[in-house]
Amino acid sequence: MSRLIYLDNAATTQVYPEVLDAMKPYFTEYYGNPSSVYSFAGEANREVLKSRESIAAALGAKTEEIYFTGGGSESDNWALKATAEAYGNKGKHIITTKIEHHAILHTAEYLEKKGFEVTYLDVDENGVVKLDELKAAIRPDTILISVMTANNEIGTIQPIAEIGKIAKENGVLFHTDAVQAFGHIPINVDEMNIDMLSASGHKINGPKGIGIMYIRKGVKILSFIHGGAQERQRRAGTHNVPGIVGFGKAIQLATEELDSRIKYETELRDYLIDRVLNEIPYVRLNGHRTDRLPNNANFCFRFIEGESLLILLDEKGICGSSGSACTSGSLDPSHVLLAIGLPHEIAHGSLRLTLSEKTTKEDIDYTVDELKKIIERLRSMSPLYEDFLKQSK
Amino acid sequence: MYSEKVMDHFTNPRNVGEIENPSGVGTVGNAKCGDIMRMYLNIDENGVIKEAKFKTFGCGAAVATSSMATELVAGKTVEEALEVTNKAVMEALDGLPPVKVHCSLLAEEAIHAALWDYAVKNGIEIEGLEKPVTDIGEKEEAPVEEY
Repeated sequence: MSRLIYLDNAATTQVYPEVLDAMKPYFTEYYGNPSSVYSFAGEANREVLKSRESIAAALGAKTEEIYFTGGGSESDNWALKATAEAYGNKGKHIITTKIEHHAILHTAEYLEKKGFEVTYLDVDENGVVKLDELKAAIRPDTILISVMTANNEIGTIQPIAEIGKIAKENGVLFHTDAVQAFGHIPINVDEMNIDMLSASGHKINGPKGIGIMYIRKGVKILSFIHGGAQERQRRAGTHNVPGIVGFGKAIQLATEELDSRIKYETELRDYLIDRVLNEIPYVRLNGHRTDRLPNNANFCFRFIEGESLLILLDEKGICGSSGSACTSGSLDPSHVLLAIGLPHEIAHGSLRLTLSEKTTKEDIDYTVDELKKIIERLRSMSPLYEDFLKQSK
Repeated sequence: MYSEKVMDHFTNPRNVGEIENPSGVGTVGNAKCGDIMRMYLNIDENGVIKEAKFKTFGCGAAVATSSMATELVAGKTVEEALEVTNKAVMEALDGLPPVKVHCSLLAEEAIHAALWDYAVKNGIEIEGLEKPVTDIGEKEEAPVEEY
């Protein structure tokens, strides 16, 4: 494969060389355990703190409100399960949405088995939560609202500040899964009234296996992983120092370049969307046209199936995804596409392309040119297209 | 994920297309599940399949099994074609991932559906051929997650 065009940055991202360079000394040189007493471990301890400060600053949070975890899924599990445990005597009702990541949905389903009641809010055709339905769903026994900041598949950004305000007015805790949004769009936990937030390192050019949970001071959730006094006794386990250092460096870089990257990616994304919508027939854009992640484009091509499309794109060196990578093991089309009202047969033909600041206009032109040919080829093989053409004659 | 043969038959599918006025044509599958196969057969007066073509909406495995099925039935008599089972299609493709086995069932069903159409059109009975299920809404239960 001569050419590689990586358009799956929502699945994971390249670790930036600067990030790797920052991490390296903490494997071989300063490998001390930050919890140790001797001064040799001090360097590691200082770097963990520095990283925590960078992450807190990016969220407008206090340093001691940032807890390192093993990744976004752990943070999501922790937020839901620990809130249920700590606040279960106050009430047993949780509100979330139908388009959350499975780390939230499957955890919510697990809690249902443990006696909790969960309301899964519908979204509109753009994937936006309906605020009046959220308000109506709140009950005296509601203990938690969990709504993702931005959707991993269709990129739609939720009205997080409004949701936070509603949660606060009703005295309900508000958690947001910001795995796709953190470092990509501005987030401020105070302005948005966020009580808990999950984020991950590898979505922002940091390493895999490191995440955080922001927990607002005063939120009484307990430890999820037991066995040590790390993270203010809330998350046991020896600190993943290189991971933490890498995450800190990554968010520092992302924050510095946030405005310019948003501008660059948004322009390129819109160029991609316009070309696809103008040049390929029987296609629709999934997700909100403007309130979407700067790097996300998601389409449904009628009469074709997504996996075929991915394999043929791969042959041309183009990496995309159909639904999220986590759902590809299943035969069902994406729960997100079904939630925005698409019928199964159209949802099967979805393609998600997620750019990075390193994606060029040439990459997009090459991708759209190849995409056009592939769509045409797959449609020429499709009995659905054959029937459609005959019917429209 | 796929064998070389599956990839070959997906990226260079054999016998894609339609046959005008075919001896038999059958469509099986279900768009809801993401797979639809249509098979066209031309069968001569001696009951030999002269030509087989297909169109498929579906994943790589669905296209590859359709392609292989057309290769396997071409040149065979109607009776011999009935012996082209999903297992035969899978073996010819050097196997399929477990979640894609249903594609080979669909290919077998597509052959049967086209043969059924041929039999009905000609008022003949083919021994061993039963009326195919044209709408295969593969109702595979999702594995229950253990907590």
